[in-house]
Amino acid sequence: MNDLISSSDLLHMYQRMVSIRAFEETLSGLFSKGLLGGTSHFCIGQESCAVGVISAARESDWLVSNHRGHGHLLARGLDIARVMGELMGKLSGYCGGRGGSQHLCAMDRCFLGTNGITGGGIPIATGAALALKYRKSDNVAIAFFGDGASNQGTFHESLNMASLWKLPVLFVCENNLYGMSNPVSKSCASGTIAVRAPAYAMHGETHDGFDVELVHEVTSAALARVRAGQGPELLELITYRQCGHSKNDARVYRSREEEAHMAERDCLLLTAKSLRQRGVSQEDIDAAAEAARQDVAAAAEAALAAPAGGREHALDGLFA
Amino acid sequence: MTDDERTIYYSKAVNEALDDELARDDSVILIGEDIGCYGGSFGVTKGLYDKYGAERLWETPISENSFVGIAVGAAMMGLRPVVEIMFMDFLALALDQLLNSAGKLHYMYGGQVTVPMVLRTPGGAKGGYGPSHSQMLSNLLVGIPGIKVVAPSTPAQVKGILKAAIRDPNPVVVIENKRLYPQRGYVPAEDYVLALDKAVIAAAGQDITLISYSSMTPVCLAVKEALKPVGIDLEVLDLVSLQPLDKESIFASVRKTGRVIIVEEACLTGGVGAEVSALISEHCLDALEAPIMRVAAADMPIPSALALEKFVLPQAEDIVAAVKRIREY
Repeated sequence: MNDLISSSDLLHMYQRMVSIRAFEETLSGLFSKGLLGGTSHFCIGQESCAVGVISAARESDWLVSNHRGHGHLLARGLDIARVMGELMGKLSGYCGGRGGSQHLCAMDRCFLGTNGITGGGIPIATGAALALKYRKSDNVAIAFFGDGASNQGTFHESLNMASLWKLPVLFVCENNLYGMSNPVSKSCASGTIAVRAPAYAMHGETHDGFDVELVHEVTSAALARVRAGQGPELLELITYRQCGHSKNDARVYRSREEEAHMAERDCLLLTAKSLRQRGVSQEDIDAAAEAARQDVAAAAEAALAAPAGGREHALDGLFA
Repeated sequence: MTDDERTIYYSKAVNEALDDELARDDSVILIGEDIGCYGGSFGVTKGLYDKYGAERLWETPISENSFVGIAVGAAMMGLRPVVEIMFMDFLALALDQLLNSAGKLHYMYGGQVTVPMVLRTPGGAKGGYGPSHSQMLSNLLVGIPGIKVVAPSTPAQVKGILKAAIRDPNPVVVIENKRLYPQRGYVPAEDYVLALDKAVIAAAGQDITLISYSSMTPVCLAVKEALKPVGIDLEVLDLVSLQPLDKESIFASVRKTGRVIIVEEACLTGGVGAEVSALISEHCLDALEAPIMRVAAADMPIPSALALEKFVLPQAEDIVAAVKRIREY
């Protein structure tokens, strides 16, 4: 049990996590009905990382996400109907349908965008941190990326520069053990990601990303150090995406046994268990989950009813 | 200060533009390799580090893609970073952040962000720099939606254009040129900006239009002078802006002379010259008295040996030969 988080806060975090799960499952249904185009990268199983980190940040800390960003968007508290609308290509979406899942930005919520290029957001977050330092802000930039992105040059280059310049940025690697089909054991010579931090004179930690309370706690501590000007840090969270990489992934690269084993570490189950241990009733837990699911269902209905853009929305607005 | 004293190098004009804008607006910062006490590989930022310090000049390790990405992130947050890429060839290392971030963010994020950054880089061959330090890659840049591309040819032009680029709310690539850096010209001392989307008539003429930009504009002007005694009156239209192209100025000159030669230092295929040629064909075919001709670099890497380089790069003689062909058509 974690003293830093009250039971009502944890129940709230649980509700957010359920809403992210429900969001992803709703999208899956919409794809099969042909109501969504393109592809999408679900974060089922990783909800505790998004909610644990973002609940520990200030609303004024700047977030940069990646291709698997729905959890981060919802954890920051964006309007679910507008996120859903963006994915459906509706004018009601945050970017009017131009960005979609992998290019969704909400500047009024200090969300600098999801990013469709693996590792592409890491220097952008670093640049945001440069601007924060330059303007003597005490806000922090947080970059979310996966184990796959940690093999991009941008990871290494950006960590190096952030450390040289003591920029206020927290690098959060959600290590879900696979870059698409490629397991970390075949892609990352160092085995874990955080061990790369000392090469850049940076503090790095690896933690259990399934435990939302732990994630919240270690993020709070890291953000306090970064905010105090002690330089950037790398936080690696071990997690698991229970779904495929994207919507059409038969997951031939891993066994169903492995998946069943990892599902025992499902963050929703673990959080519900922790809530019960704290004395929260099953009735209250179920009510929170049901409220989350209803929010998502209502958001999907609203997004479906919203209009899509026309020619002028496609061909205008290239330059400011 | 006399006009003589205001006749300065192209590189100094760039330096003055940076100095002016750093002084005028504290959101302007410089990012790049060796731009501090060294003064940049071509001496363009000389003196600025002493004047503005490390807070304004962010000297980077050799990490082009990430420091361009850092500029994008800083620009999204309201700063106006001016990035130096030491040689235009190295732009290849930063193409992802230019193509996928700088050019797209304003549009794809539904107008929520602007990316007011400038990327300065010297293109072109200077004589013997070889395959990885000599290319004019304008042809790559004009195919990227969402970035403006300019290639000023004179000291006065580069100062006014760079200042305008820094003040523009969009990403702008300013193509400088290693052969232009040591060229001199009169540059006004006062604060001025030039339009980022306008071509200029570098020299008026009646017979044939030479359309050029960057290093080839002075070459075209020299050809004009050389052919004056034989009674050929060339017009030299300096594009200045490659993206967008100033179509009206191009078409007006073509309609005046009826004969066009496009001259550029980039490879022949699929570039600015090809685009200008296509536009003229689409809009001015009735005005043409001869086929459009192009003088450009061969579609080859640029060899190091000076003896070989001249065969790949466009030379004044090539322009003269094209003039002869187009007159005889």
